[in-house]
Amino acid sequence: MSTSIVAHLWLIPAVPLAASFVILSLTNVQRAAAAGFAIAGQVIALLLSLGAFWPTLQTPGYRVFQNFTWFAFGEQALRIGFVLDPLAAVMLVMITLVSLCIFVFSVGYMAADRNFTRFFAYLSFFSAAMLGVVIANSLLLLFVCWELVGLASYLLIGFWIHKPSAAAAAKKAFITTRIGDIGFFLGILWLYGRSGTLLFYDGGTGALESVGLLSLGTSATFIALLIFCGAAGKSGQFPLHVWLPDAMEGPTPVSALIHAATMVAAGVFLVARVYPLFSLGAINGVTPSLTVVVWIGVITALISALIALAQPDIKRILAYSTVSQLGLMMVSLGVGGVAAGIMHLLAHGFFKALLFLGSGSVIHGCHEEQDIRRMGGLRGLMPVTFFTYAIGMLALSGVPLFFAGAWTKEEILHATSQWSPSRVPHYLMLAGVVLTALYMTRQMIYVFFGDRRAAAAHAHESPPVMMLPLIVLAVCAVGFSVVLTPAWPWLHDYLSGERATYNFSLLIQPMLYFALALVAAGIGLGILLYRRASEIDPIERTLPALFRFLENRMWLDELYDRTILGWARFAARLSDFLDRYFWDGLVRLCGGLGRLFGGLTKSLDERGINAGVDDATGVTRALGRFVSARHSGQVQIYLSVIAVGMLALLFLYAWLT
Amino acid sequence: MAHLITGLIFIPLLGALFLSVVPPRLARPAALGCSFITGCLALEMWHHFDAANPALQMIQQHVWIPAIGAQALAGIDGLSLLLVLLTSLIFPFAFCAGRMSRGFYSIMLVTQAALYGTFTAQNFVLWFLFYEMSLLPAFLLIRIWGGEKRDRAATKFFLYTFLGSVALLLSFLYIYFVRGTFDFAELAVLGKTGLLTGNLRWLAFAGIFLGLAVKVPIFPFHTWLPDAYETAPTGASMVLTGLLSKMGVYGFIRLLLPLFPNEIRIVGPWLLGLAVCSIVFASLAAWAQSDLKRMVAYLSINHLGYCMLGLFAVTASTAAPAVEAQAALSGVFLQIFNHGLTAAALFYFVGLLEERRGARGLGDFGGLMQRTPLLCGWMSVAMFSSLGLPGLNGFIGEFLIFKGSFALAAGYTAAAVLGLLITAIVFLRAMQALFSGPLADTCGNFPDLRLGEKWVVVPVTLLMFAVGLYPQFVLHIFNSTVTQMARLLG
Repeated sequence: MSTSIVAHLWLIPAVPLAASFVILSLTNVQRAAAAGFAIAGQVIALLLSLGAFWPTLQTPGYRVFQNFTWFAFGEQALRIGFVLDPLAAVMLVMITLVSLCIFVFSVGYMAADRNFTRFFAYLSFFSAAMLGVVIANSLLLLFVCWELVGLASYLLIGFWIHKPSAAAAAKKAFITTRIGDIGFFLGILWLYGRSGTLLFYDGGTGALESVGLLSLGTSATFIALLIFCGAAGKSGQFPLHVWLPDAMEGPTPVSALIHAATMVAAGVFLVARVYPLFSLGAINGVTPSLTVVVWIGVITALISALIALAQPDIKRILAYSTVSQLGLMMVSLGVGGVAAGIMHLLAHGFFKALLFLGSGSVIHGCHEEQDIRRMGGLRGLMPVTFFTYAIGMLALSGVPLFFAGAWTKEEILHATSQWSPSRVPHYLMLAGVVLTALYMTRQMIYVFFGDRRAAAAHAHESPPVMMLPLIVLAVCAVGFSVVLTPAWPWLHDYLSGERATYNFSLLIQPMLYFALALVAAGIGLGILLYRRASEIDPIERTLPALFRFLENRMWLDELYDRTILGWARFAARLSDFLDRYFWDGLVRLCGGLGRLFGGLTKSLDERGINAGVDDATGVTRALGRFVSARHSGQVQIYLSVIAVGMLALLFLYAWLT
Repeated sequence: MAHLITGLIFIPLLGALFLSVVPPRLARPAALGCSFITGCLALEMWHHFDAANPALQMIQQHVWIPAIGAQALAGIDGLSLLLVLLTSLIFPFAFCAGRMSRGFYSIMLVTQAALYGTFTAQNFVLWFLFYEMSLLPAFLLIRIWGGEKRDRAATKFFLYTFLGSVALLLSFLYIYFVRGTFDFAELAVLGKTGLLTGNLRWLAFAGIFLGLAVKVPIFPFHTWLPDAYETAPTGASMVLTGLLSKMGVYGFIRLLLPLFPNEIRIVGPWLLGLAVCSIVFASLAAWAQSDLKRMVAYLSINHLGYCMLGLFAVTASTAAPAVEAQAALSGVFLQIFNHGLTAAALFYFVGLLEERRGARGLGDFGGLMQRTPLLCGWMSVAMFSSLGLPGLNGFIGEFLIFKGSFALAAGYTAAAVLGLLITAIVFLRAMQALFSGPLADTCGNFPDLRLGEKWVVVPVTLLMFAVGLYPQFVLHIFNSTVTQMARLLG
């Protein structure tokens, strides 16, 4: 049974992938077919995921894998494989379910788009790649799917390719995540070199199993940190978070699916997947690599929550909120709360998709307006959107008891409070809870309450095809709580490989009151601040410098542009310059020296050797002319010369004797 | 089976002669027909090749000029077969790029014959004959059919490579006077224990290194390349980058590395440094280019830098573990094939754009995705293949190279990985400039891919996918050769 399931696990990503290729071959006018194939593929993937989920429920700590040889090189084989365990199974179900909602929503949202079919092809492709990441049993296969996910994200952010801002955002996303991926790639190489395998589980000899881990030694810290670079890039962790808010240039369903619910969670998933590498040699659950994860998470969570406070764009607020929540998940993983982090990931997947789709519905209803300062009072015009959005907002803020986000957040806070090295992350995360409630309240008030401002005048509710997914996701955001409570911590124990027990007396923990107080403080402060919301933000009025600092995203983009990017561009120009003038100059110099030598030889030849020969011949010729002139053939002259000669000889003789 | 090599060398030569009598308008079909025959022969060769046997196969041996140790000795191992197959693939592909005159195809066929000879000859004299035989046609291709500044570029190309060849020849003459043989296999055996002694061996080493480094080219002997590739007509650029550069890499594997293992170990760090410089500086320089062809040319240097990194990592380290040496060498061989395919495809696409627009600057295009989605889509595949996206051919080769060289030379490899990042920036920048944004006025009447172009683009792209997803069918060709070479070099 179990082997047959893992043997067919590949079908889960393969079905959407096949759908994607079929849709790509369709023409622009076959819209119904495109949407039909995409949704059908997703439904099949969801059913298969549920089929894979079922056996993992039977046995705690269930894990099956199947490995095979991808290719052989030299005398070795590179093996990859698929794995099914609770972590993979819940991710499969969450991704396929959220994707399905978003696919359906897109039918309505993208109805007017010219490239409707292409959109569904990309969406299906994304879903396939993401599902591949989840079930990969090899770091290499995971990386392959990881990069394909990045490609899908690139294509979808830049989907409205005629917009230069969308194209720039797509490029930025791909390159920023690739910076992290370079580290990830080096981590893979290092791990492969040390342990000789990239399989996670391989019957005891995998990289995450005892034999593989033993071979790593101290290099595990560096490998883990390098892999974390990749995770930080995908999951928008500081300092690589800058691409995620820009990614909102893509159509809203894309923001919901990729940049909120699934892909950005891939980094968190990756850390959870290779957690044994991070926790190797832990003392009290603390290792250097995990400590880095905690602090990066804390920084990310806080600064993005602050930035979210001052954003005017409805989607950007949600984007920064996503970054902040991802930071929170990383903190959770870093302090040892792996199950809590994944639970928050799942819950966040539901309610953040809900919020994004809700924002899509708002944007759609307000005729493509995204600035919350121009909305207001929409609750009467868009009741379903308002109601579902409110559920999402309460879940994200962490209002206790009925909303999924509250239970998972509480669990994370509990985990941070247990962290031995420092209490600071715990306190900062508590502050994060207040901030989250605050910026969400601000958004709610600006969008749904108060006066109807410019863009809200002609707002309308969205069609049913868009509302249905909102309702489904809202139900998930609430209903999901059932398996999260401390009274019946089913999901926690399922992920940890234990059997959950029911104990209602544990439902109310002291932390719950505390959390309630914090959320109430955040929402109360929000109502106090924003109840008379106008086009000028209250913080902007009182603290304009701070507001501008946050509104401009702490000028991090500008900082990067001036420093790293500037230097890189300079290096590129320098390389080109050196190539053209220095290296090629050296070549030309050699050529010039050659020519100079040639010229010198030529002149030496002409002026020296040739001239010498000329001179020598000239002398000979002159001598010849002289001699030949004497040979005039006149006997008189000859006789007179002889006579003169004779006389000279006589005189000489006389003088000598 | 021995006649296959003879056939491969002589059929293009006969084809070149035959082209002079066919009517000009049939020149291209005739050249393609000739490629078809050689392609069949190459496939026949692959069919009869025993991949499990690392020894030379299909040997052809004739006495030629015994007085100087010259033997007409040819044969193939996995590496030779790979390059023969690549040659058979790239030439028809290059013939499809643009319609040229009869003489062009004729000279291209001569080049093809020379390449087959170079990749199969196993005796230095014969090898050098073919090696030089490829030089003159390449010069003529640039000189006669090149774009602007072709005069200068052609002369530079010729002098540069010719000087390298002279140095190579002199070094080999010296080796011959000392050791009395030109046979590659015998020289490799002698190389194990030290081919030459004394300080003069460094001169011989430097001569061979220079000759091959110019051909590949390795930084800083590369400055002829951007000029030559930029100016050459599309078909010639494809052959230059896809195959002629491979002669250099092939020369390193056959001549330099087995003959001077000890010398390479001594200067290894320097060679690795040059390889890293090739990778990093060439990709940076590509970033700064605004001419598409020049950009692709620089990326060609960058990609061959990965080959050199893998080779030098294997040979520079003392007692490289077989696992890593095999990984690096497999990667290098695969990269040879992948780069040949992908770089040729990129030049082909640039040629298509140039043909439609009459210019090829990055700024000359814009918003093409709206006008020619198919052209953009397929060109993107080639670009993503070149930047090493998994699922396409480029990734596997680069992964194996890096896997091997990271274990053998971690620092250099870590620096070289930067090249992957910069390559991505270069291509995404190009895609942004070409495909996205509002449609440029000058591109408003571009035709999308024509039927004939689709017939070229689709098979080539499918091959990229095939290698990326199931690399085994290429790796299988040279696995035993790699194993043997890892033992020899490692």
